[in-house]
Amino acid sequence: MTIDLKTTSIDPVRKTFDHIAEKLGPDKAATRYQEAVWGLQPIVNQHYRPTWDPTKTLYDPSRTAVVMEDFDDLIDPRQYYYGTWTIQRGKQQDSQEKNFKFVESRGLMDGMEAAWKDKIRRLIVPLRHVAWAANTNNSYIAAYGFGAPITSAASLQTMDQLGIAQYITRIGLILADNDPTALDDAKALWLDDDMWQPMRALVEEAMVTKDWFELHVLQNLLIDGALHPLMFDKFDAAVTQHGGAAYSMMNEFTIEWFAEASRWADAVIKRCAQESPANKTHIEGWIAKWMPRIQGALKPLSDAAFDGEGSVALDEVVDRLMTRAGKAGLDV
Amino acid sequence: MAKAKRLGLKERYSLMTRGLDWETTYQPMDEVFPYDKYEGIKIIDWDKWEDPFRLTMESYWKYQSEKERKLYAILDAFQQNNGQLNISDARYMNAVKLWLQGITPLEYAAHRGFAHAGRAFRGAGARVACQMQSIDELRHAQTQLHAFSHYNKFFNGMHGFAHLRDRAWYLSIPKSFFEDAMSAGPFEFVTSISFAFEYVLTNLLFMPFVSGAAYNGDMATTTFGFSAQSDESRHMTLGLEVVKFMLEQHEDNVPIVQAWLDKWFWRGYRLLGLVGTMMDYMLPKKVMSWKEAWEIYWEENGIALFHDLSRYGIRLPKYHEVATKEKTRVTHELWATLYQYGNALGLHTWVPEDEELDWMSEKYGDLFDTMYRPRLLFLREQEQAGNRYFNNRLPMVCQVCQIPVFYTEPDDPQKQCVRIVEWADTKHHCCSDGCADIFNREPEKFVQSLIPPQQIYRGDAGGARDIFEYAEWLHLKKDIDTGEYNGSPDHQNWEAWQSQQPTPQANSDEAA
Amino acid sequence: MADNVFIAFQNNAEAQPIIEAILEDNPAAVANESPGMVKIDCPGRLVVRRETVEEKMGRDFDLQEMHINLISLGGNIDEDDDEFVIAWNT
Repeated sequence: MTIDLKTTSIDPVRKTFDHIAEKLGPDKAATRYQEAVWGLQPIVNQHYRPTWDPTKTLYDPSRTAVVMEDFDDLIDPRQYYYGTWTIQRGKQQDSQEKNFKFVESRGLMDGMEAAWKDKIRRLIVPLRHVAWAANTNNSYIAAYGFGAPITSAASLQTMDQLGIAQYITRIGLILADNDPTALDDAKALWLDDDMWQPMRALVEEAMVTKDWFELHVLQNLLIDGALHPLMFDKFDAAVTQHGGAAYSMMNEFTIEWFAEASRWADAVIKRCAQESPANKTHIEGWIAKWMPRIQGALKPLSDAAFDGEGSVALDEVVDRLMTRAGKAGLDV
Repeated sequence: MAKAKRLGLKERYSLMTRGLDWETTYQPMDEVFPYDKYEGIKIIDWDKWEDPFRLTMESYWKYQSEKERKLYAILDAFQQNNGQLNISDARYMNAVKLWLQGITPLEYAAHRGFAHAGRAFRGAGARVACQMQSIDELRHAQTQLHAFSHYNKFFNGMHGFAHLRDRAWYLSIPKSFFEDAMSAGPFEFVTSISFAFEYVLTNLLFMPFVSGAAYNGDMATTTFGFSAQSDESRHMTLGLEVVKFMLEQHEDNVPIVQAWLDKWFWRGYRLLGLVGTMMDYMLPKKVMSWKEAWEIYWEENGIALFHDLSRYGIRLPKYHEVATKEKTRVTHELWATLYQYGNALGLHTWVPEDEELDWMSEKYGDLFDTMYRPRLLFLREQEQAGNRYFNNRLPMVCQVCQIPVFYTEPDDPQKQCVRIVEWADTKHHCCSDGCADIFNREPEKFVQSLIPPQQIYRGDAGGARDIFEYAEWLHLKKDIDTGEYNGSPDHQNWEAWQSQQPTPQANSDEAA
Repeated sequence: MADNVFIAFQNNAEAQPIIEAILEDNPAAVANESPGMVKIDCPGRLVVRRETVEEKMGRDFDLQEMHINLISLGGNIDEDDDEFVIAWNT
């Protein structure tokens, strides 16, 4: 089919939807990200109180202590909507899959020192459960958060954390030649080993935290912000020095992901703190409340990972995290 | 060293997902998962949950990114090439308007509802399935907005959909439907949306209607519509699994599930009347009538599904025979309602052309010829005489489905069907026995329904005192967004665009 | 006679070999075309066999690739690496 058009006379009558134009100002073209998230969540005329929590409406801004004039301002600097997100993850998955195949087909993990393999089993494989907790916590934010920008990004984060849990699972299986008892052993450590109990107590407490913005700060800034640099970045470097370059290839996704997801976590917190001194005080209060718990949870892991240098490694990571918080405009 | 054991699809999936969760001990499980018991559904063993599609995130990202790359490549081409000019006729756009105003918001609501279920269930398999559906629904909302964004630049009625969505009387039908589901517990939510709505009923929306979009040259809707439906087949399967799971876990669950199926079949059927009306009236080139679609997707495929569930003691949903009886009427009655309230609609209505009336005669037979055709011809005559009929009074609306109480008695197409229900000394009106039963089962819930005409009378609609002030409060521009199609700016623009180019031939002509 | 199960695909080049494989492996299956799609109905049970699809495509095929062009289905699903089965249990 061919159409020969005098396109000059087929002029658009408007540039975007009213609610987007109102937020952007007149005569500006909207991005796909803006059209995909702004104004998507209803605010008025909600019909029925949820039977699971009749004290609130379905979409209720009072499920967090922070207050925004417009929760649509909590945008994602990555401008992820489903399409851009899934296409990006598809590419990363492709590359990660090649890494796994390369490591598996050449038996690259076979040459690693046994003591270090054992460390990965004890220190990394149980982290699949921590990623699962992060999945659970982000699905909470997606369910009870306010405004499509936050619920959209939180649900993508939910699935990213499931992906990470599954990538860690694959590492565990590769180390054990696909013997699933390796996963059971890691789960036993998670449930009963003293080293893991402060971490498990922490994530379980996160799972009953009701304020979704507090949970965002706790999970996406603080827990991940300390855990990932310590157990993926630093530990990865240590393994590499002991014949574990192949191991590092299998963490490619997780390490890349952390840098990217941190941009989102920080931007949301920064914007929220900018909104009012009250918001800022809430966020700083949450950081003060949770940081000692996180340090306590990571201390035994850090000690086991970095013989004799656990405290130094952890302090470094915590310093880095506080620098991040400072850049987000917080006094910590 | 022995070669690593190869893992099959089932084993691999089960390792990747199932072992991830654990029984919490620092916090009680009932506090971590506070919402999955109060509905009375008894689950003995969450590990019996089966994931039929077994998608790991790796596979999910792989296949979804491929779908999405294709979809956006087509949307880009569509926008760059003025794809809006390829539709069969600008009247078709009104189906798109109704979709954007009424259906796209439901996709976002579904995203939230499944996020809730994906947090609420204590079983890991069920949770993952709901979480995946939650982002799929987000995908549907967003791809629809991106597809429709281009149409919005050229046609009226779509610009204020977000404002309209929460305020317009006819959009209260889909909105209240979904909020009813979301305000229920997670088991009822999944039963209502994944099973009753998606498995039993949305084939009617995404298959014949989207096929109709293809036939009417709407490449944007066809592309996202079929692409969304491929996710939908996963969701339907989740719906069937959750229903079977509940039924297999405990016999006490059977009556609870049956009551939900009764409720949600009727709720879904009432909502889909809007889709039927889109199919019969808003597609200038017709693919399949509502009646035919009902016969294939309910009477054949839907009933087969219920036969399959009969071994658990599940029977066909209540009033299914009423819905079948109404298949020759429901779209004609609803179109008449939309037509007369055209001054408060964000889309245009019209009397179909003779060729279309002949098609309806062929599909609907005697009843159409004796009841609806004469009415449509009368309306056309009036319009041509400069006397286009509008009903500018506020209608009485069903307390449950929120459709104006204009449907007729199941056995008498000439008698208005009204049921009066009472709770706490107040009378409410329902459109049918189906809706009255739903009210009587949960009166505390349905007295909360926000009924637009009542809100207007109470002054809760921006103080509007009549239908015109109400339309203004909805941000609808009179006769531009609202009213008759013939002579509307959409109509005029379309004619002007058509006159400066050779008429495009929709490819789908050959498929007729 | 058993109730029909069904599966529907987008009517495009990628789905064509899958549709052909289904019709070959399920002699009772009937394909119905409408604009943009093909719906295949089959009494009681329908199977998509990986090997047959691979023969038609001339390459390796993962049954999960079906998702890309799948539109809808009706019936209980059972899937493993070799077969994707849709069936009614009654």
